[in-house]
Amino acid sequence: MAVKIYTAQEGLIAVLDGEIDHHCAQDLREKIDQAIMENQPELLILDFQQVTFMDSSGIGLIMGRYKQMCTYSGNVIIRNPPLHIKRVMKLSGIERIAKIETIKI
Amino acid sequence: MNTRNQIKISFPAISINERVSRAVVSAFLVQVDPTVEELADIRTAVSEAVTNSIVHGYRKSEGNVDLQIKILENREVYIRIKDRGCGIEDIKKAMEPLYTTAPEEERAGLGFAVMQSFMDKLHVRSKVGEGTTVIMRKKLGDNQCQTK
Repeated sequence: MAVKIYTAQEGLIAVLDGEIDHHCAQDLREKIDQAIMENQPELLILDFQQVTFMDSSGIGLIMGRYKQMCTYSGNVIIRNPPLHIKRVMKLSGIERIAKIETIKI
Repeated sequence: MNTRNQIKISFPAISINERVSRAVVSAFLVQVDPTVEELADIRTAVSEAVTNSIVHGYRKSEGNVDLQIKILENREVYIRIKDRGCGIEDIKKAMEPLYTTAPEEERAGLGFAVMQSFMDKLHVRSKVGEGTTVIMRKKLGDNQCQTK
Protein backbone atom coordinates (compact mmCIF):
# COMPACT_ATOMS: atom_id res chain seq x y z
CA MET A 1 0.00 0.00 0.00
CA ALA A 2 1.31 3.39 -1.01
CA VAL A 3 -0.10 6.86 -0.70
CA LYS A 4 0.74 9.94 -2.72
CA ILE A 5 -0.32 13.19 -1.12
CA TYR A 6 -0.41 16.56 -2.82
CA THR A 7 -2.26 19.84 -2.62
CA ALA A 8 -4.43 21.07 -5.47
CA GLN A 9 -6.82 23.94 -5.88
CA GLU A 10 -9.74 21.83 -4.68
CA GLY A 11 -7.96 20.69 -1.51
CA LEU A 12 -5.57 18.12 -0.13
CA ILE A 13 -5.56 14.97 -2.25
CA ALA A 14 -4.41 11.57 -1.00
CA VAL A 15 -4.14 8.99 -3.75
CA LEU A 16 -4.24 5.51 -2.22
CA ASP A 17 -2.77 2.59 -4.10
CA GLY A 18 -2.96 -1.14 -3.31
CA GLU A 19 -4.60 -3.02 -0.45
CA ILE A 20 -5.93 -1.27 2.67
CA ASP A 21 -6.05 -3.45 5.77
CA HIS A 22 -5.26 -3.17 9.48
CA HIS A 23 -1.58 -3.90 8.80
CA CYS A 24 -1.01 -0.80 6.67
CA ALA A 25 -3.68 1.48 8.17
CA GLN A 26 -1.44 2.99 10.84
CA ASP A 27 1.20 4.07 8.34
CA LEU A 28 -1.45 5.64 6.08
CA ARG A 29 -3.04 7.34 9.07
CA GLU A 30 0.24 8.96 10.13
CA LYS A 31 1.13 10.15 6.63
CA ILE A 32 -2.27 11.66 5.90
CA ASP A 33 -2.58 13.25 9.34
CA GLN A 34 0.78 14.91 8.99
CA ALA A 35 -0.26 16.41 5.66
CA ILE A 36 -3.55 17.58 7.18
CA MET A 37 -1.68 19.24 10.04
CA GLU A 38 0.77 20.96 7.70
CA ASN A 39 -1.82 22.15 5.19
CA GLN A 40 -4.99 22.54 7.26
CA PRO A 41 -7.10 22.17 4.10
CA GLU A 42 -10.82 22.83 3.84
CA LEU A 43 -11.25 19.66 1.85
CA LEU A 44 -9.54 16.27 2.02
CA ILE A 45 -10.05 14.08 -1.03
CA LEU A 46 -9.31 10.40 -0.56
CA ASP A 47 -8.80 8.93 -4.02
CA PHE A 48 -9.63 5.20 -4.05
CA GLN A 49 -9.36 4.61 -7.78
CA GLN A 50 -6.25 2.45 -7.45
CA VAL A 51 -7.24 0.60 -4.29
CA THR A 52 -7.50 -3.13 -5.02
CA PHE A 53 -8.75 -4.31 -1.63
CA MET A 54 -10.24 -2.75 1.49
CA ASP A 55 -11.83 -4.25 4.58
CA SER A 56 -13.42 -2.37 7.51
CA SER A 57 -9.96 -1.09 8.52
CA GLY A 58 -10.41 1.35 5.64
CA ILE A 59 -13.67 2.56 7.16
CA GLY A 60 -11.82 3.22 10.44
CA LEU A 61 -9.21 5.10 8.43
CA ILE A 62 -11.83 7.35 6.77
CA MET A 63 -13.66 7.94 10.07
CA GLY A 64 -10.41 8.90 11.77
CA ARG A 65 -9.45 11.36 9.03
CA TYR A 66 -12.96 12.83 9.16
CA LYS A 67 -12.37 13.55 12.86
CA GLN A 68 -9.04 15.19 12.06
CA MET A 69 -10.64 17.33 9.37
CA CYS A 70 -13.42 18.34 11.77
CA THR A 71 -10.88 20.01 14.02
CA TYR A 72 -10.14 22.34 11.08
CA SER A 73 -13.82 22.57 10.12
CA GLY A 74 -12.99 20.74 6.91
CA ASN A 75 -14.77 18.07 4.88
CA VAL A 76 -13.81 14.70 3.44
CA ILE A 77 -14.69 13.37 0.00
CA ILE A 78 -14.22 9.76 -1.13
CA ARG A 79 -13.34 9.70 -4.82
CA ASN A 80 -13.79 6.87 -7.33
CA PRO A 81 -13.93 3.76 -5.14
CA PRO A 82 -14.07 0.51 -7.18
CA LEU A 83 -17.37 -1.37 -6.99
CA HIS A 84 -16.46 -3.86 -4.31
CA ILE A 85 -14.91 -1.26 -2.05
CA LYS A 86 -18.02 0.85 -2.48
CA ARG A 87 -20.05 -2.06 -1.09
CA VAL A 88 -18.02 -2.02 2.15
CA MET A 89 -18.52 1.75 2.30
CA LYS A 90 -22.28 1.50 1.76
CA LEU A 91 -22.57 -1.17 4.44
CA SER A 92 -20.81 1.10 6.94
CA GLY A 93 -22.95 4.15 6.27
CA ILE A 94 -19.78 6.22 5.84
CA GLU A 95 -21.68 8.46 3.41
CA ARG A 96 -23.25 10.18 6.38
CA ILE A 97 -19.88 11.81 7.07
CA ALA A 98 -18.07 11.69 3.74
CA LYS A 99 -19.58 12.03 0.28
CA ILE A 100 -18.71 9.39 -2.30
CA GLU A 101 -18.13 10.90 -5.73
CA THR A 102 -17.32 9.38 -9.08
CA ILE A 103 -15.52 11.57 -11.56
CA LYS A 104 -14.03 10.79 -14.92
CA ILE A 105 -10.35 11.45 -15.28
CA MET B 1 -21.63 -32.79 3.22
CA ASN B 2 -18.66 -34.26 1.38
CA THR B 3 -15.47 -32.27 1.20
CA ARG B 4 -13.95 -32.12 -2.27
CA ASN B 5 -10.75 -30.42 -1.28
CA GLN B 6 -9.36 -28.62 1.73
CA ILE B 7 -6.37 -26.77 3.08
CA LYS B 8 -5.28 -25.92 6.60
CA ILE B 9 -2.66 -23.39 7.52
CA SER B 10 -1.51 -22.00 10.82
CA PHE B 11 0.37 -18.73 11.17
CA PRO B 12 1.50 -16.42 13.97
CA ALA B 13 -0.88 -13.58 14.87
CA ILE B 14 1.10 -10.79 13.27
CA SER B 15 -0.60 -8.25 11.07
CA ILE B 16 1.32 -8.98 7.84
CA ASN B 17 -0.50 -12.33 7.86
CA GLU B 18 -3.82 -10.57 7.22
CA ARG B 19 -2.62 -10.10 3.69
CA VAL B 20 -1.05 -13.54 3.51
CA SER B 21 -4.36 -15.16 4.54
CA ARG B 22 -6.18 -13.32 1.74
CA ALA B 23 -3.59 -14.50 -0.76
CA VAL B 24 -4.00 -18.11 0.43
CA VAL B 25 -7.78 -17.86 -0.01
CA SER B 26 -7.39 -16.51 -3.55
CA ALA B 27 -4.87 -19.19 -4.47
CA PHE B 28 -6.88 -22.09 -3.06
CA LEU B 29 -10.16 -20.99 -4.64
CA VAL B 30 -8.79 -20.79 -8.21
CA GLN B 31 -9.98 -24.39 -8.66
CA VAL B 32 -13.65 -23.35 -8.33
CA ASP B 33 -13.19 -20.30 -10.53
CA PRO B 34 -15.27 -17.83 -8.47
CA THR B 35 -16.47 -14.56 -9.96
CA VAL B 36 -14.46 -11.45 -9.14
CA GLU B 37 -17.24 -10.38 -6.81
CA GLU B 38 -17.54 -13.72 -5.00
CA LEU B 39 -13.80 -13.84 -4.44
CA ALA B 40 -13.74 -10.24 -3.19
CA ASP B 41 -16.56 -11.04 -0.74
CA ILE B 42 -14.74 -14.07 0.67
CA ARG B 43 -11.37 -12.29 0.84
CA THR B 44 -12.95 -9.39 2.72
CA ALA B 45 -14.73 -11.67 5.21
CA VAL B 46 -11.53 -13.67 5.84
CA SER B 47 -9.55 -10.46 6.29
CA GLU B 48 -12.06 -9.28 8.93
CA ALA B 49 -11.97 -12.55 10.88
CA VAL B 50 -8.17 -12.84 10.82
CA THR B 51 -7.80 -9.18 11.82
CA ASN B 52 -10.20 -9.78 14.73
CA SER B 53 -8.06 -12.66 15.96
CA ILE B 54 -4.89 -10.58 15.72
CA VAL B 55 -6.24 -7.29 17.10
CA HIS B 56 -8.70 -8.57 19.69
CA GLY B 57 -8.04 -12.28 20.27
CA TYR B 58 -4.34 -11.98 20.96
CA ARG B 59 -4.07 -8.21 21.55
CA LYS B 60 -0.43 -7.81 22.55
CA SER B 61 0.10 -11.50 23.28
CA GLU B 62 1.45 -14.16 20.94
CA GLY B 63 -0.24 -17.16 19.42
CA ASN B 64 -1.34 -18.79 16.21
CA VAL B 65 -4.34 -18.33 13.98
CA ASP B 66 -5.62 -21.42 12.16
CA LEU B 67 -7.27 -21.01 8.79
CA GLN B 68 -9.13 -23.89 7.20
CA ILE B 69 -10.77 -23.65 3.79
CA LYS B 70 -12.93 -26.43 2.40
CA ILE B 71 -14.65 -26.81 -0.90
CA LEU B 72 -17.83 -28.77 -0.34
CA GLU B 73 -20.26 -30.29 -2.80
CA ASN B 74 -22.46 -27.93 -4.77
CA ARG B 75 -19.75 -25.27 -4.93
CA GLU B 76 -20.04 -24.30 -1.31
CA VAL B 77 -17.00 -22.73 0.35
CA TYR B 78 -16.49 -23.38 4.06
CA ILE B 79 -14.03 -21.28 6.04
CA ARG B 80 -12.96 -21.69 9.64
CA ILE B 81 -10.73 -19.20 11.45
CA LYS B 82 -9.66 -20.19 14.91
CA ASP B 83 -7.58 -18.53 17.62
CA ARG B 84 -6.71 -19.47 21.19
CA GLY B 85 -6.78 -15.88 22.38
CA CYS B 86 -8.77 -14.10 25.06
CA GLY B 87 -12.22 -15.04 23.74
CA ILE B 88 -15.34 -12.89 23.55
CA GLU B 89 -17.39 -12.27 26.68
CA ASP B 90 -20.60 -11.23 24.95
CA ILE B 91 -20.81 -12.45 21.35
CA LYS B 92 -24.15 -10.73 20.73
CA LYS B 93 -22.71 -7.39 21.74
CA ALA B 94 -19.49 -7.96 19.77
CA MET B 95 -21.58 -8.55 16.67
CA GLU B 96 -23.48 -5.27 16.97
CA PRO B 97 -22.42 -2.92 14.17
CA LEU B 98 -20.10 -0.14 15.34
CA TYR B 99 -19.34 -1.85 18.67
CA THR B 100 -15.59 -2.07 19.20
CA THR B 101 -13.27 -2.59 22.13
CA ALA B 102 -10.37 -0.95 20.28
CA PRO B 103 -11.52 2.57 19.27
CA GLU B 104 -8.00 3.93 19.91
CA GLU B 105 -6.81 1.79 17.01
CA GLU B 106 -9.53 3.27 14.82
CA ARG B 107 -11.39 -0.01 14.56
CA ALA B 108 -14.79 0.75 13.05
CA GLY B 109 -16.62 -2.08 14.80
CA LEU B 110 -17.84 -3.51 11.53
CA GLY B 111 -15.93 -6.78 11.26
CA PHE B 112 -18.83 -9.13 12.01
CA ALA B 113 -21.27 -6.98 10.02
CA VAL B 114 -19.04 -7.36 6.95
CA MET B 115 -18.70 -11.14 7.47
CA GLN B 116 -22.46 -11.46 7.86
CA SER B 117 -23.22 -9.38 4.83
CA PHE B 118 -20.63 -10.85 2.45
CA MET B 119 -21.07 -14.53 3.36
CA ASP B 120 -24.21 -16.71 3.40
CA LYS B 121 -23.73 -18.09 6.90
CA LEU B 122 -21.71 -16.99 9.91
CA HIS B 123 -21.28 -18.90 13.13
CA VAL B 124 -19.16 -17.68 16.05
CA ARG B 125 -18.09 -19.84 18.98
CA SER B 126 -16.09 -18.31 21.80
CA LYS B 127 -15.07 -18.94 25.38
CA VAL B 128 -13.32 -16.38 27.57
CA GLY B 129 -9.72 -17.41 28.12
CA GLU B 130 -9.88 -20.16 25.50
CA GLY B 131 -10.36 -18.44 22.17
CA THR B 132 -12.72 -17.83 19.30
CA THR B 133 -13.74 -19.84 16.25
CA VAL B 134 -15.50 -18.23 13.30
CA ILE B 135 -17.15 -20.47 10.70
CA MET B 136 -18.44 -18.99 7.47
CA ARG B 137 -20.01 -20.48 4.38
CA LYS B 138 -20.77 -19.16 0.95
CA LYS B 139 -22.31 -20.92 -1.99
CA LEU B 140 -20.82 -19.92 -5.31
CA GLY B 141 -22.96 -19.47 -8.39
CA ASP B 142 -22.93 -21.99 -11.19
CA ASN B 143 -20.00 -21.52 -13.44
CA GLN B 144 -20.56 -22.24 -17.09
CA CYS B 145 -16.89 -22.74 -17.80
CA GLN B 146 -16.39 -25.41 -15.18
CA THR B 147 -15.19 -28.76 -16.50
CA LYS B 148 -17.45 -31.61 -15.52
